[in-house]
Amino acid sequence: MKKTIIDPIDLTVEEIDGLIALADDIMKDRTRYQDVCKHKILGTLFFEPSTRTRLSFESAMLSLGGSVLGFSEASSSSASKGESVMDTVHIVSNYCDIIAMRHPKEGAPLVGSKHCNVPLINAGDGGHNHPTQTLTDLLTIHREKGRLDNMTIGFCGDLKFGRTVHSLLKAMARYDNIRMIFISPDELKLPEYLKEDYLDPAHVDYEEVTSLDDVMGELDVLYMTRVQKERFFNEQDYLRLRDTYILDLKKLDNAKKDLSILHPLPRVNEITVDVDDDPRAAYFRQAANGRFIRMALILSLLGLDHEVERL
Amino acid sequence: MKIDDVKNGIVLDHITAGKVMEVYEALELDKLNCSIAILKNVRSTKMGKKDILKIDNDFDVDLDVLGYLDPNITVCIIKDGKIVEKKQMQLPETIVNVEKCKNPRCITSVEKNLDQIFYLANRTKRIYRCKYCDSRIERSK
Repeated sequence: MKKTIIDPIDLTVEEIDGLIALADDIMKDRTRYQDVCKHKILGTLFFEPSTRTRLSFESAMLSLGGSVLGFSEASSSSASKGESVMDTVHIVSNYCDIIAMRHPKEGAPLVGSKHCNVPLINAGDGGHNHPTQTLTDLLTIHREKGRLDNMTIGFCGDLKFGRTVHSLLKAMARYDNIRMIFISPDELKLPEYLKEDYLDPAHVDYEEVTSLDDVMGELDVLYMTRVQKERFFNEQDYLRLRDTYILDLKKLDNAKKDLSILHPLPRVNEITVDVDDDPRAAYFRQAANGRFIRMALILSLLGLDHEVERL
Repeated sequence: MKIDDVKNGIVLDHITAGKVMEVYEALELDKLNCSIAILKNVRSTKMGKKDILKIDNDFDVDLDVLGYLDPNITVCIIKDGKIVEKKQMQLPETIVNVEKCKNPRCITSVEKNLDQIFYLANRTKRIYRCKYCDSRIERSK
């Protein structure tokens, strides 16, 4: 496996299958893995605050028996003194065994990896990539559906700016017989380049619609995202379109009984709370899965993914 | 127009008409101290009209830059007044420090001393993307 994970498709389909299998095994019996990373240190280099992602990484390492050091915002790092990203990562890589790095600038983790002595995971770089979110999504779909191929997945909401949607569709396009339905207002349609560069070459069957109701019955997975007010050019358009993409129990009337509803969270109002109790709501299970896929990724990057079998 | 006026040097033929100064600047030919002929709107049976650059000096031309700027260009290497080699350009897989990323959110906007690297994402549509942030630049035909 590569030692730097910048983009989710840096990983092959086989490597992702391996990570999912390992995460599943960890979830079956966490105690078997609780000391595998003993004496190993995770460096969390968060140049911008992201409490949940950082806690998820820290929880993953602590659950493996390892330790954590790092900073949670640029002001408490040497970046505030004007040090380059490359130098900061270079120095910190001498103090730990693996790094999770978040940065507001796109491509910063790639720059950081240049002189990094240890494996580096991109924990989010601006609106660009967030591979461990995508791995979390893939693990969740696999756990909910038992497969990653042969399904219709609907992406709903802000498809123009939503990086989680972009990353997930790139990853899903590599599986067989995937149909994608993109549900959004015209203002927030999927960028053309994603269709041209990823969907068309992979011969993915896709369609773009504006009504969630019209396609609800066709979906095996519904990936909801937040429609953000600031994306609209005027208040009227926002108000007109906002409620079209709120998922409530009534909208689920036409949905399949085994639909899985995902959301990268945080949710604001795009999924009403009464949906939470529906067994098809997978988004809180999805959030919990984040820790386990990160545990699997840390183990794999440290070459400890088969350690439990050896113990 | 003949291209055998150069004794030892390079002739860049079949430059798309109107692009010759862009090529001149990209190759930093102003720094050379040799004879350079810039020919614009030369009649061409193949292209209708074309531009030509004649450089009467043997120097290492950056073929990647040329291929990126104009893949129509033919590079003719001249020795003793004769064409000894012809190279047809094609779009390079990567270009380094030819274009700047315009994405204000890209790390190259703040981190100094980084090479500006773009990779070829779509050969048919001539689309390059920034190695760091994947923002695209599109070459005009």
